[in-house]
Amino acid sequence: MRDTKVKRMKMKKARRKMNWGLTVLAIPGFAFLAAFYYVPLIGIVIPFKQVDYAKGIWGSDWVGFKNFEFLFKSQDAFRITRNTLCLNAMFITLTLVSAIFLAILMNELTRKKIKVYQTAMFIPYFVSWVVASYVVYAMLSPDMGVIPNLMESAGKDPINFYATPKVWPVILTIAYLWKNIGYMTLLFYATLISIDSSYLEAAAIDGANRRQQVFKIMIPYMMPTIVMMALLQIGKIFYSDFGMFYFLTRNSGALYSTTDVIDTYVYRALRVTGDIGISSAAALYQSIVGFILVLVSNLIVKKRNNDYAIF
Amino acid sequence: MVQKKGTKTISQIIINIIFIVIALCCVVPLFYILAASFTDEMSLAKEGYHLLPTKFSLEAFKYVFKNPAQILNAYVVTIVVTVGGTLLSLLCTSMLAYVMARKDYKFRNVLSFLVFFTLLFNGGMVASYIVNTQYYNLKDTIFAMILPYIIMPWHVFLMNGFFKDTPMALIEAAKIDGASEAYIFFKIVAPISKPAFATIGLFTAFTYWNDWWLSMLYINENKLTSLQYYLYRIMNNIEFLRSSMAAGVSVDLSQIPGETARMALCVVAVGPMLIVFPFFQKYFVKGITVGSVKG
Repeated sequence: MRDTKVKRMKMKKARRKMNWGLTVLAIPGFAFLAAFYYVPLIGIVIPFKQVDYAKGIWGSDWVGFKNFEFLFKSQDAFRITRNTLCLNAMFITLTLVSAIFLAILMNELTRKKIKVYQTAMFIPYFVSWVVASYVVYAMLSPDMGVIPNLMESAGKDPINFYATPKVWPVILTIAYLWKNIGYMTLLFYATLISIDSSYLEAAAIDGANRRQQVFKIMIPYMMPTIVMMALLQIGKIFYSDFGMFYFLTRNSGALYSTTDVIDTYVYRALRVTGDIGISSAAALYQSIVGFILVLVSNLIVKKRNNDYAIF
Repeated sequence: MVQKKGTKTISQIIINIIFIVIALCCVVPLFYILAASFTDEMSLAKEGYHLLPTKFSLEAFKYVFKNPAQILNAYVVTIVVTVGGTLLSLLCTSMLAYVMARKDYKFRNVLSFLVFFTLLFNGGMVASYIVNTQYYNLKDTIFAMILPYIIMPWHVFLMNGFFKDTPMALIEAAKIDGASEAYIFFKIVAPISKPAFATIGLFTAFTYWNDWWLSMLYINENKLTSLQYYLYRIMNNIEFLRSSMAAGVSVDLSQIPGETARMALCVVAVGPMLIVFPFFQKYFVKGITVGSVKG
């Protein structure tokens, strides 16, 4: 009894002691984290300033909420918010659901086949959006694209996709799935195979069929990962995969009504029109709303099941 | 029993068909690019994209390699960025993740929180842009394409999940033998964590290889153009030339690389990495471990 107590005290003491060896290991990574994620946080003040490089960020004059007023009075704010939210919501649900489904199916196959399928499914993940935009162009280009040609041979009038905004939510969703499904499936599959097989065997002996095993064992087992991925993606729901929206649509003004999202808007305001005020206002709006969303959804998860909440 | 076996094979067949279809959907679009790069320019313009070249030709590749200076330069830039960035990133990421995973480390919760927080909240694109250009003076330097990606919080997270399973007894034993923390990490923990290093290393390498974002923001210098940015610029130039032609400006047509040449460029830019990645794939399943944040 006493021995363990002493041991525990010792451990506690050791735990409290500063481990310099480990600290040194963490320093380089921490320095980069600080330099590229924490220092830019001072940028939160930028939208409230009239940035003047000569005076520096801190020295510039305060302008209050003028930049935000300007942003929200324009029609752009509604359009980019709607596009960002709706498209991302669609991407997130579709990828999560299909990745979970595919991971469960994959679990039924032999390792050798899995390897082949995984390789194929992973290839798009390793293709950049620039290259993907060439691929999409090969599929959709008005006179030479695969799909317009197919439509023509089916006797239909081919659509000029690059001038038809209403088809783009579908195209973007397919492109998003195409690129990310391999990665997400692997993520869930990696969780799935760590299930202790004795659970499944015991269930089988008790007469559980495959469906019951899936819904009563596998999905509950994956739940923490599913919830975490969902929450992280919800935190990013106000951000979009810039490359996809910028390159796939070829930054075409004709398609902005359905494809312009906050990120592309901020980029254009920053690099094309050079309007730091409005672009930083849009960027801060994006950061803050995303953050609130993830806090709220985590809170909801926490209320229902504390184990699944991510913090 | 016999019947059960029967339904099992049927479900196996269905599952296989589903995956074959998905795998084809993932790969086939890329073959259109490959085929187009080997197609005769005129034939492509007339017949459109097909899975097999309608009229085989090597002209596109000849065009690309006739004036190789620029693409070679882009290759060199990309390789330097990818190799340098990946090594530095793996080193910093793995050390940070390892320290976070050590249950006996005093500040592990603080560290985990600081890493995790960046996944949820950041200063945004404009702030990073101003800090990187005004304070760190990264504009038009090769570091602009390397440093911002050294620490990617999600990768720290994945590695942390892996290191959490390192048996503490191993570390304790080494400590009793008088090994330093650095020695323990590099000589004992790292060698048994090969899957994590291979997987995260590959993801990092692809992040660098495929990056156009940092070049687009920070690079104006022609000498520092990376492969992806080069590809993007070609695409962009063509759009620009097209629109100015439509606006009635006379354009020297020989300046525009043809459709097939652009596809050949694409193949040249993507090919090497896609050949590399299957060799790393055996580590993937083990290497990806989504640990929990709460520890």
